[in-house]
Amino acid sequence: MKTNDVLLRNVTKVVVFIILLFALHLFMGGHYNPGGGFVAGLISAGAITLTLIAYDTQTVKSMLNINTIMMTGVGLLFAVGTGMIGIIMGDPFLTHKFGHVDLPILGDTSLHTATIFDLGVYLVVVGVTLTIIQTIGESD
Amino acid sequence: MSFLHLAIFLPFLMAMLIPIFYRWTKQLHTGWIVLPIPVILFIYFLTFIPQTMDGVVTQTMPWIPSLGINFTVVVDGLSLLFALLITGIGSLVTFYSIFYLGKKKERLNNFYAFLFIFMTAMLGVVLSDNLVVLYLFWEMTSISSFLLIGYWYHRERSRYGARKSLLITVFGGLMLLGGILLLHVITGSFSLREIISEATIVQSSSLFIPAMIFILLGAFTKSAQVPFHIWLPDAMEAPTPVSAYLHSATMVKAGIYLVARFTPLFAVSGAWFWTITLVGIVTLFWGSITATKKTDLKAILAYSTISQLGLIMTLLGVGAAALHFDSWNDNIYIGAIVAAVFHLFNHATFKGSLFMMVGIVDHETGTRDIRRLGGLMQIMPITATIAFIGTFAMAGLPPFNGFLSKEMFFQSMVDVTSLNLFHAETWGVILPVIAWIGSIFTFVYSMIIFFKTFGGKFKPHLLPKKPHEAPIGLLLPPMILAALVVITGFFPNLIAKPLLEPAVKSIMPSLYGTDYSIHISFWHGFTMALAMTAGVIILGILLYKTANRWKPFITEKVPAFFRWGKAYDNSLYYMEQGSYRFTLWVMTGWLRTYLNYMLTAFIILMLGTIFATDALNFDISTISRVTMMDYVLVLVVIVTLIGIVFSKSRITSIILLGAMGYTISIFFIVARAPDLALTQLVIETISVVLYLLVFYHLPQFSNIEEKPRWLSAKTFISIGVGLTVFLISLSAYDTTFFPSISQYYIDNTYTKAAGKNIVNVILVDFRGFDTLFETAVLAIASIGIFGMIKLRLTRRGKNENK
Repeated sequence: MKTNDVLLRNVTKVVVFIILLFALHLFMGGHYNPGGGFVAGLISAGAITLTLIAYDTQTVKSMLNINTIMMTGVGLLFAVGTGMIGIIMGDPFLTHKFGHVDLPILGDTSLHTATIFDLGVYLVVVGVTLTIIQTIGESD
Repeated sequence: MSFLHLAIFLPFLMAMLIPIFYRWTKQLHTGWIVLPIPVILFIYFLTFIPQTMDGVVTQTMPWIPSLGINFTVVVDGLSLLFALLITGIGSLVTFYSIFYLGKKKERLNNFYAFLFIFMTAMLGVVLSDNLVVLYLFWEMTSISSFLLIGYWYHRERSRYGARKSLLITVFGGLMLLGGILLLHVITGSFSLREIISEATIVQSSSLFIPAMIFILLGAFTKSAQVPFHIWLPDAMEAPTPVSAYLHSATMVKAGIYLVARFTPLFAVSGAWFWTITLVGIVTLFWGSITATKKTDLKAILAYSTISQLGLIMTLLGVGAAALHFDSWNDNIYIGAIVAAVFHLFNHATFKGSLFMMVGIVDHETGTRDIRRLGGLMQIMPITATIAFIGTFAMAGLPPFNGFLSKEMFFQSMVDVTSLNLFHAETWGVILPVIAWIGSIFTFVYSMIIFFKTFGGKFKPHLLPKKPHEAPIGLLLPPMILAALVVITGFFPNLIAKPLLEPAVKSIMPSLYGTDYSIHISFWHGFTMALAMTAGVIILGILLYKTANRWKPFITEKVPAFFRWGKAYDNSLYYMEQGSYRFTLWVMTGWLRTYLNYMLTAFIILMLGTIFATDALNFDISTISRVTMMDYVLVLVVIVTLIGIVFSKSRITSIILLGAMGYTISIFFIVARAPDLALTQLVIETISVVLYLLVFYHLPQFSNIEEKPRWLSAKTFISIGVGLTVFLISLSAYDTTFFPSISQYYIDNTYTKAAGKNIVNVILVDFRGFDTLFETAVLAIASIGIFGMIKLRLTRRGKNENK
């Protein structure tokens, strides 16, 4: 039986972007406001799960052609790599650097390597959640 | 490393080379290749006689110097006597086994390797001064003896005997180790001679008696004293050369050696005197009585060995009294030590020859059962002569050496009655009586061995083989031993001066430097001992003649308590059964049982600690104010909790669990933890979805929804756990000993880490290391789920097409 869930799909199309933007907001504001890589990752995964519910796994796969396990690995690499910055600079492992940097277009920007670490966390969380949901969803 | 060390290891090195020789010299019997080793060692040890007559030879090689363990070899009279017995009888046994074991059908490489490992172990035991090294060699004798008893491993009885002897001797060995460690604790030394030189410290220590008991347990198990004697008769499943060597001449005397060695240390104690004397006399009595009822020649010899070892042990026990008298020359109790050492030598000679004789009979007739043997005197005259000398020496008849040592034994037993120590004046009189009765039975079984085998009627129809005289190779070793029996019988002073005197001096070290000397006289006048021997002969002959009348009494009417072998089998059986039952009872295989164990242990340990340390104190005044919001939330949590526990269906439980999770996230909001609240909300959603998924896929047949039972162990355990955790939290709440470090984070979050969300800064910056590995945990979990679902090694169709 094929149900026509046009309502769900159309709402999804709109809502997913709002959710993703919210996730981005939580991620970027994590250092100053509640949020951070973990919650942002979970919410992003939630957005993708919503599309999974509205469509089916094949469609989502064609939309987002990502190997989620690879994504987890890349996230871990980011996290460990950020730690390596400290070692390269002659500090202990995971010593973060921050400060104001003059970027070509954006001008004077405050940057923090902790963001890269958080990005690693974000990628791992998204990868892990999607891996779990997809594997369980695809198994029969 | 001196040549003395090398001498100990020479048989061991040979044992390592035996497989090579065995492979490359197929034509030659392996025994011929290895025979020179014990002969060389025997001659080498003979050269020590002049040196040990007035002192000791010491050689040290460091092994583990930091622990005070050095391989110190000391040759004194006692060690030398043993070393000569080991190498001398070792040579004869090696020679004998060349003719006894066939080249084609036996695995000779194994046999000689085991035998030579044993020889090294035995030499190490008697020559080591360091107790740890002694223990090492001691266990080596147990293991090589185990291998030799189980040499014909395809026989069930061999394996049984080997296992029994290993269990008992290793039990004793471990006790010995305990005794050694206790002595080390007392004196701080592992060196036997150093410990003996500090005897007064040991004697005043509170560990004196435990150390003594442990060491005696080691000695008694090894020397087959009652009730540890049961392994020796079963060890008779070994090839006869092994029985002759290990279980008559050498290994069983390791315990004797140990007792003799420790005499200067422990002999001041009455416990030592009485334990050894009584155990020895009981062993003597029990062994001799049991020997008379056996029908297998080797079994008779096994019990006779037990009995004779008991005799030597008794003598050593009585000899301990000598330490309490100052002047040596009119000290009658030292005679017991002399008798012990002399009988030790005599027993090794005649018992070795008797075992070899039995081996010959077995080899030539095919049986060892005395009910089938008889009348072999004319057919095997040389063997009969050897048997005659051996058995009559064992029975203690003149003119053989057994007569002399038995006279000395009786003399010491009579002397004990006049001892004024350790209450010997009242109870000492039982010793000569038991010894005398035991000797009568010794006489009886000696006669049984000789006359049942060689006397009487010849029964060729009962014999598997047609008997004939053995080849000279088999006869030569027992002939040499029998000749020794006769020579030492006629001229005992030949060995008294060079061998026995140094041995007695090393048992009683204070004899060094005195003008003490042994003189064994063949004829010593009409004494009590001579009368006792006459009584033994008369009563022995009577008992032998009437054996058919009284034998049923000891074969059938022995109380079950005295059936030691049966007790061993039963205890082993019940131990196995008991541990099996216990394991079945405890390890039910139910996870809920193990959870009950763990939680009960948790409750007991925690509450026990709280009450033992009086830790339960709390102060309500420091508790912060509780708002209306808190009450409402707690109420919601309690209601959902009760719902989860008592709900009839699983889906209700899952939804209530979700409700509780959301309530907790509200708690986080109330407690001003926005990050936690966010995460808790999302995670709770995901886990509820996963629960529902699992619930949906539950198989149909186990879908019976059951209500948890009210009154069960589970209820009490869960209430207990809740109460315990409650009490712990309450007590821990008020115990802030140091100010919190959180102020540091509050102060430095912006200045040092450029952030304002303290939680996130702590997570990624101050303590980012934890976060790194928590992400790793997540990654592992996802890969685990992926692996478990995708990887199915069993074929899919098989599992699901029901």
